[in-house]
Amino acid sequence: MEALEKLGKYSLLLYRSLRSLYEVDTYKKNLVNELLKIGYESVPIVLLTGVFTGAVMTIQTAYQLEIAFIPISVIGAITSESLLIELAAVITSLVLAGKVGARIATELGTMRVSEQIDALESMGFNSVSFLVLPRVLAGLIMFPMLYIFASISGIVGGIVAGAMSGAIPPSEFIQGAREFFYPWDVTFGILKAFVFGYVITSVSCFKGYYASGGAEGVGNSTTQATVLSCIYVLLADFVLAAVFL
Amino acid sequence: MIEIRNLKKSFGDLLVWEDVSFNIEDGETVAIIGRSGCGKSVLVKHLNALIYPDSGEVIIDGENIFELEYVALRKMRQRFGVLFQGSALFDSLNTFENIAFPLRYFTDFSDERITEKVEEALSLVNLEGTGEKSPAELSGGMRRRVALARATILEPDFLIYDEPTSGLDPQTSSEINKLIISMAENLNITSIVVTHDIHSVLEIAEKVVFLENKGLCWYGTVDEMRRSDNEELMDFITASEYQIRN
Ligand SMILES: Nc1ncnc2c1ncn2[C@@H]1O[C@H](COP(=O)(O)OP(=O)(O)OP(=O)(O)O)[C@@H](O)[C@H]1O
Ligand SMILES: [Mg+2]
Repeated sequence: MEALEKLGKYSLLLYRSLRSLYEVDTYKKNLVNELLKIGYESVPIVLLTGVFTGAVMTIQTAYQLEIAFIPISVIGAITSESLLIELAAVITSLVLAGKVGARIATELGTMRVSEQIDALESMGFNSVSFLVLPRVLAGLIMFPMLYIFASISGIVGGIVAGAMSGAIPPSEFIQGAREFFYPWDVTFGILKAFVFGYVITSVSCFKGYYASGGAEGVGNSTTQATVLSCIYVLLADFVLAAVFL
Repeated sequence: MIEIRNLKKSFGDLLVWEDVSFNIEDGETVAIIGRSGCGKSVLVKHLNALIYPDSGEVIIDGENIFELEYVALRKMRQRFGVLFQGSALFDSLNTFENIAFPLRYFTDFSDERITEKVEEALSLVNLEGTGEKSPAELSGGMRRRVALARATILEPDFLIYDEPTSGLDPQTSSEINKLIISMAENLNITSIVVTHDIHSVLEIAEKVVFLENKGLCWYGTVDEMRRSDNEELMDFITASEYQIRN
């Protein structure tokens, strides 16, 4: 019952933000700001995550295939396909659920408990269009781009790790990756990132926007925002795989 | 005119108050008093529909605000200025931008005009030269005054002050009370002042609304309050250690 009520409240919040899509003047400044914060400021951590995921993936695949009589270029194929189809989107999103989700929930939660949201509303402002919409839009726009960065850095990380460990020379890695490259994998990965970006930003906005109970309340909603974001990202990942693969 | 009709509000199982009815005439200053937690802040948040009641109406110039569509409601809210209990300054903006905020979004004033208006507002609350400071760098009393400047910058019809003087020293309190009086007189603003300070009530208000026992306990003019023999009201007043009966 309570879960149903929350779902209703969440849907209503998103409906309200969607309905104010035309109020560009209200949110454009915040949108630019959020694009920078969610996108630009996440690039280092996304690149780092990508490189290490790709590197580990390559070394482990090489280890698992050691005994089999298969061409080593398969290592490149498996690594790059896993990155494109799953890891680049999911691992980046889980990392960003912490970084982006926590920031959004804390910001909005603090604004809620210090009556700043009431202040906006009392001025005749649409606080949802001002605060929620730009954050969700920025998530929708930026997560697919971050996915691309994560994929590229992952493949680079894989190539470097393969070469350094002597498991697979770069040329073979690239040849394998090319041979098994399906454009659909990238489309699917971008779709995933799009969905995950939506899940993380909307859940965190919801938790922050309806925070209550002072500093402790903000802490609680931040924790819930990150935990729920992670859970829903994994759930969404499963649903997408079940539907599209 | 604001008419409050049979308002009732509860949060879950907690009844805040019920059957609250009174009127606020244009241009008058109404004080809302009562002990901490009796629901004063909750009551004033109903006046511009920041909170919706369980039942009852708030009628402003003939319209029940709880029935307004969101767009119309926002128009109506623009007639209000609100000084929140915790000031509610936007901490991502400096003092100047906090006061300029409503001007930037709700007027098409030029930058020069905005600067002029904000400087004027800052000097009205005796805070010249603090425009560059962020809210975190200001003292509580200064924040209160910045919030007051922001609340009045669009020259609202109604001004809600939620405990404008609590936690301030007597001198700053009386300065703020003077500001409230001068706003009411010069701009002909209808003021609703939440307070538990009986000194402030006597200084600024014309009418008094007293909340107690989960309802409206007493309602009348300041003169009537002096002569009233309502026991709860007298208790509240004597508890504030102030003898208004000579
Ligand atoms: N959003 C809310 N959710 C649940 N309960 C609330 C909420 N807001 C207020 N209350 C409760 O309603 C009651 C009235 O609160 P309110 O803030 O109006 O008191 P107040 O008269 O303004 O007190 P103070 O003088 O201390 O500011 C309190 O018991 C409070 O716990
Ligand atoms: Mg209060």
